Amino acid sequence: MLALIPALPLLGVAISLVLGDRLGKRGTAWLACGVIGAAFALAVRAVVQLAALPIDERAIHETLYSWMRVGDFSIDVALLLDPLSAVMVLVVTGVGFLIHVYSTGYMAHDPSFRRFFLYLNLFMFAMLTLVLADNFLVMFVGWEGVGLCSYLLIGFWYVKPSAAEAGKKAFIVNRIGDFGFILGMLTLFAFGGSLQYERLFAVAPHVFALGSATITVATLLLFLGATGKSAQLPLYTWLPDAMEGPTPVSALIHAATMVTAGVYMVARCHGLFELAPVSLEVVAIVGAATALFAATIGLAQNDIKRVLAYSTVSQLGYMFMALGVGAFSAGVFHLMTHAFFKALLFLGAGSVIHALSDEQDLRRMGGLASRLPWTHRTMLAGTIAIAGIPPLAGFFSKDEILHGAFASGHYGVWAVGLVGAMLTAFYMFRLYLLAFRGPSRLTHEAEHHLHESPPAMIIPLVVLAILSVVGGWIGPPMMEGGNAFHRWLEPVFSSGMHGIAGTAGAHPATGAMAGHAAHEVSRGTEIILMALSVGVAMIGIFMAFRLYLIKPSLATALQQRFAGIHRALLNKYWVDEVYDAIAVRPIHRASLAFWKFWDEKIVDGIVNGVGYTLEGVSAVMRLFQTGFVGTYALFFTMGVLALFLYFARH
Amino acid sequence: MIPLAWPLLLSAFLFTVGVIGVLVRRNAIVIFMSVELMLNAANLAFVAFARQMNSIDGQVFVFFVMTVAAAEVAVGLAIIVNLFRLRESVMVDEANLLKG
Repeated sequence: MLALIPALPLLGVAISLVLGDRLGKRGTAWLACGVIGAAFALAVRAVVQLAALPIDERAIHETLYSWMRVGDFSIDVALLLDPLSAVMVLVVTGVGFLIHVYSTGYMAHDPSFRRFFLYLNLFMFAMLTLVLADNFLVMFVGWEGVGLCSYLLIGFWYVKPSAAEAGKKAFIVNRIGDFGFILGMLTLFAFGGSLQYERLFAVAPHVFALGSATITVATLLLFLGATGKSAQLPLYTWLPDAMEGPTPVSALIHAATMVTAGVYMVARCHGLFELAPVSLEVVAIVGAATALFAATIGLAQNDIKRVLAYSTVSQLGYMFMALGVGAFSAGVFHLMTHAFFKALLFLGAGSVIHALSDEQDLRRMGGLASRLPWTHRTMLAGTIAIAGIPPLAGFFSKDEILHGAFASGHYGVWAVGLVGAMLTAFYMFRLYLLAFRGPSRLTHEAEHHLHESPPAMIIPLVVLAILSVVGGWIGPPMMEGGNAFHRWLEPVFSSGMHGIAGTAGAHPATGAMAGHAAHEVSRGTEIILMALSVGVAMIGIFMAFRLYLIKPSLATALQQRFAGIHRALLNKYWVDEVYDAIAVRPIHRASLAFWKFWDEKIVDGIVNGVGYTLEGVSAVMRLFQTGFVGTYALFFTMGVLALFLYFARH
Repeated sequence: MIPLAWPLLLSAFLFTVGVIGVLVRRNAIVIFMSVELMLNAANLAFVAFARQMNSIDGQVFVFFVMTVAAAEVAVGLAIIVNLFRLRESVMVDEANLLKG
């Protein structure tokens, strides 16, 4: 039954391929949304079944067939539904379904309507394979599959050179990460002898000493894979460029689902990361650094989608921050709430772009609140949610992360997270105010065509807005024994089950680190922390209001006062230019040299040399082919005579 | 009894005439006849040896050769007729399109 969840989107792809354009636009839309809706229903059913099991047995395994058996190495195509993959599969199918519905409106006038939904369904298949896999190799199939679909969808409008370039960039940058993933996977197999999660995690504590070099290297390599897929430093550069794709793609792949694959993978391997404290530390620091770094860039971007893209990079940083400090369930919690509000924000931005006839520049928006009432309301909900104002979803998850960082003694990470939270509130409200409030700065043409989006786009926005408001309530802070979300994930993350039994006992240090540290911080401290994180968010919001609504001249003045900083932010710290100089151009030059020398001179030289030799020989040989039968007959006779003489002499 | 050498000499003579005919003549029909002459020279040698060896094998071979020759004539003449239809001539040196 589990297999049906990823199989349904694949079925949609197959039907769409076989029937082709005979389906028509309506048929395509119904098919694509239908299979995802059905997959969502099945996922809900499976999760209900899972929840009915006793807490210690909450894992449904399903082996489809044996993929390969070579000596000791055997891999099954097998699926696993446990509380962690249950969260992922619900988020992926649920948010995915809403985005499919939204796309039917957003892409309605696109000539490649069917191709779009084909790729989208294919992506869903790969993503569901990724989260439901029961071993690393099947996960890797999904991992590469989503990478491919990401490439295809970023470059969806491939006639636009910038889109084609962005697709290539995403694919190539991800390859660097995937290389790390493969090496990490092979290291684990070489020492652990299995790629199946349960078996590998069971033997890991016995094979790898706590903090040994092997496990540190292996987990760091896996994390390199995660930095590629989840757009963390130093491999984040592809995500902002990926905004070249259609906006629903940005919402689905580059905000809600695919980019969280790295977070999911690290969370899945938490048993391994706990054996390598250094790796966890690296995860926390990279996460915190990315959260702050991307947030600062987001401050100065003028493209509405790019602001959201840097915001996504920053929020993914928060998730890794949570994983790194051992607050795994907080990281997954933020993954879920972020999927709600960031999908909402992207879809809302898409609605704005749609309404303004493809205008993406915040400087040419403004005053849209009354013109696009539903888009405005839902966007406002998403903005407050991401800013971290209670009782909306973002507050709960972000607070839990910051709390986890503080409680585990990572005060530096906590402080960075707090500053990041302020910046988040600031740049998100900057976006909101520039787009929806203030005087209208629309071009005449955009003003002329301005219209609220169709219901197919508004309804998903409303559903996501509701989720962004209430989505956090399943994980309220200060609950005895952890909140509901925490308890749900406990079978996975408490080191008591899923083959990593004994980890806590064998290594008390990691056990304490992994266990939620809520007990170490007093109630009072917790309330102060909470007040602090709300306080900085309020400061950020206040500053945004002051700079972009009450006194816009101040923003310009600040820009001129700190022109250097502003230029650095606007140009994204010139990271792309640096990468271009240290990686892209040397590789390009080396390739050019190889092409001009090795390929053209050596390889082509050999091939052409054979050709020239044959041509020279045949220029002589062809003289014998006169075309006259008599000549041939003469040669024939002479040959026979020669043979005759030869045999006569012997 | 005629000595073996006589029919063999005749056979060699006929064969040589055939070879020279093939080499020097340009008319496809004549070349064809020359080829037949060579085949019959071989037949003569077969018969001569069969008689000398007191064996029937050589004579049986001759029948085979004649059968094959008959088939070959059918195919060969068909080719020549078609060549004539195409070029209004059966001169082989005019059919030289296959030169290198």
